[in-house]
Amino acid sequence: MRYSLGRAALPVYAVLALVYLLIPIVYTFIFSFNNTFKSNITWRGFTFNNWLTVCEEQGVCEAFGNSILIGVTSTIVATALGTAIAIALVRYEFKFRSAVSLLLFLPMATPEIVLGAGLASQFFNIGAEKGIGTVIIAHVMFCLSFVVVTVKARVSSLDPALEEAGSDLYASPSHVFWKITFPLLMPGIMSAALLSFALSFDDFIITNFNAGPTSTFPKFVYTAASKGIPAAANVVGSAVFLVAILIVVGVQIRSTIKERRLRAVK
Amino acid sequence: MATDFVARGSDLDLVGIRKEFPGFTALDHLDLHIPAGEFFALLGPSGCGKTTTLRLVAGLEEPTTGKILIGGKDVTASKPHERPVNTVFQSYALFPHMSVLENVAFGLRQRKIEDPLKRAEEALALVQLGHLAQRRPQQLSGGQQQRVALARALVNRPSLLLLDEPLGALDLKLRREMQIELKAIQMEVGLTFLHVTHDQEEAMDMADTVAVMNKGHIEQMGAPEALYDRPHTVFVAKFLGQSNLFIGDVAETSANSLSIEVAGYKISVPKDRAEKHTGKIAIGVRPEKADLHQQKPAPSSSENLIGPGEVLDIRFTGVSNQFLVEIPNIGLVTVFEQNEGNSTVALGDQVYVSWKVDHSFGLADLPDSVEE
Repeated sequence: MRYSLGRAALPVYAVLALVYLLIPIVYTFIFSFNNTFKSNITWRGFTFNNWLTVCEEQGVCEAFGNSILIGVTSTIVATALGTAIAIALVRYEFKFRSAVSLLLFLPMATPEIVLGAGLASQFFNIGAEKGIGTVIIAHVMFCLSFVVVTVKARVSSLDPALEEAGSDLYASPSHVFWKITFPLLMPGIMSAALLSFALSFDDFIITNFNAGPTSTFPKFVYTAASKGIPAAANVVGSAVFLVAILIVVGVQIRSTIKERRLRAVK
Repeated sequence: MATDFVARGSDLDLVGIRKEFPGFTALDHLDLHIPAGEFFALLGPSGCGKTTTLRLVAGLEEPTTGKILIGGKDVTASKPHERPVNTVFQSYALFPHMSVLENVAFGLRQRKIEDPLKRAEEALALVQLGHLAQRRPQQLSGGQQQRVALARALVNRPSLLLLDEPLGALDLKLRREMQIELKAIQMEVGLTFLHVTHDQEEAMDMADTVAVMNKGHIEQMGAPEALYDRPHTVFVAKFLGQSNLFIGDVAETSANSLSIEVAGYKISVPKDRAEKHTGKIAIGVRPEKADLHQQKPAPSSSENLIGPGEVLDIRFTGVSNQFLVEIPNIGLVTVFEQNEGNSTVALGDQVYVSWKVDHSFGLADLPDSVEE
């Protein structure tokens, strides 16, 4: 076999790219086991203590809990509203349809700092007290666009004849939605929901403007960074990463098994 | 709820239907009566309004004006799920997230009919797919999916079964097989079938009555044999099989027949087979009704005779030879001769074309290229 530059370059490039992507994650994970003293910058030996006593660090778990609460709530609200909007945009003719489609892109295109500041001044104007409620409203707003875009793609690929067949087979409009449209849109809705949760969970800029005294996990890490990030932050970060990986692997395994079973009966 | 089951089909009546879409009129004053238990085909090219008609009956579109009656009951304002009608969609529209059995049971479950799975299994057995009940639709071949779609509609025993080009996606051989099967099933269940197709052979083969549609209205309606034997318009003469058309002014009228003069030839048609008896008319004949002669035959009042003309093309199709003859001042004439192994006509030969006056038909209109 003859060696050529091209043949060698691709694997090298691929490995380098992966290393580049993984270094921060691997670093965070390893240093969650560091036996820290004051700062978590130099390696001082292996311990499970950080994982076992994660909530003893002042404010970590409270911030984490808030982030989960905000993430789950805004995901549910944004996904429900966004799915309805996506179906309406694809299936129904109405005035200003294309204008609505375009406007929905705006929050994605606008710099977060502008959205955050703008919302903060609006909340101030109407005298809303900043807290979890205002953060959820802000998060629903920016997640909504992503949900609409994701679900819309799925609705467009759905053959309208399937819904027509449903009503032709005696299903009322609500039955058609729950028995046919919804299950068929499920993959799109699920990825929209996961995306919303991820966006909400790690949002810092907009949250910082609108959270008032409420702490979230990104806010906590940001504040802690000025005096040295505690190992507890590494633990929470690693845990979130592991859960995400587990979900992805689980879904992959499930679909592989399903596919195999389909092929077997064929 | 079992009383909702109708054992036999129902009449369908469309009264003064007009359907406008933004920018165009799909149907223009359509009146149609389909008796219970009939296999009725709507035949026409794409865009003629046949699918729109079907969707109106299913309730998937609303007519701009007019009424739809099923079994004498006005259903114009009813929603699709309230109509005793089921559709076999062109794309089959099987639910991909359900097994074949659940697909078939869907309508029964929606109407809360007892034993939906047992009835669904019976319906699958009727289309010989009982063994595939647990599979997903995506795992079936096109022909199998088509039969599932049919079973899913038939299991509900609708008063009226609508078929939207249900065989369009199948290859020719499978298509012919399904045509026979579909017809057998219709006879067995005795439902009213409304079948939409652009395939004239399919329509003539299966239907009791064929309605030929063109540009949003019904051009002609009748039994397949009658339509083929005596088309009333140029469109029907050309769309349903092939026709040779001759255009000329009516020159002679007798008690039973009339004749036109075309390029010095006299072409006659029985009066009762002509739609129009005066002025400029078109007279046609089917290619298989015409004969070729290498010698000029003796003139006869019961035969039309034109020629001589040159044989420009001979196409061999197996059962028949198709000759294209150019008659001076008339143009091209097509003649089909049964392949009996004794044809001596060769390319370039001068031949005469004749046919029985009784096989002529006179049309109500003229081809677009001809000025009135």
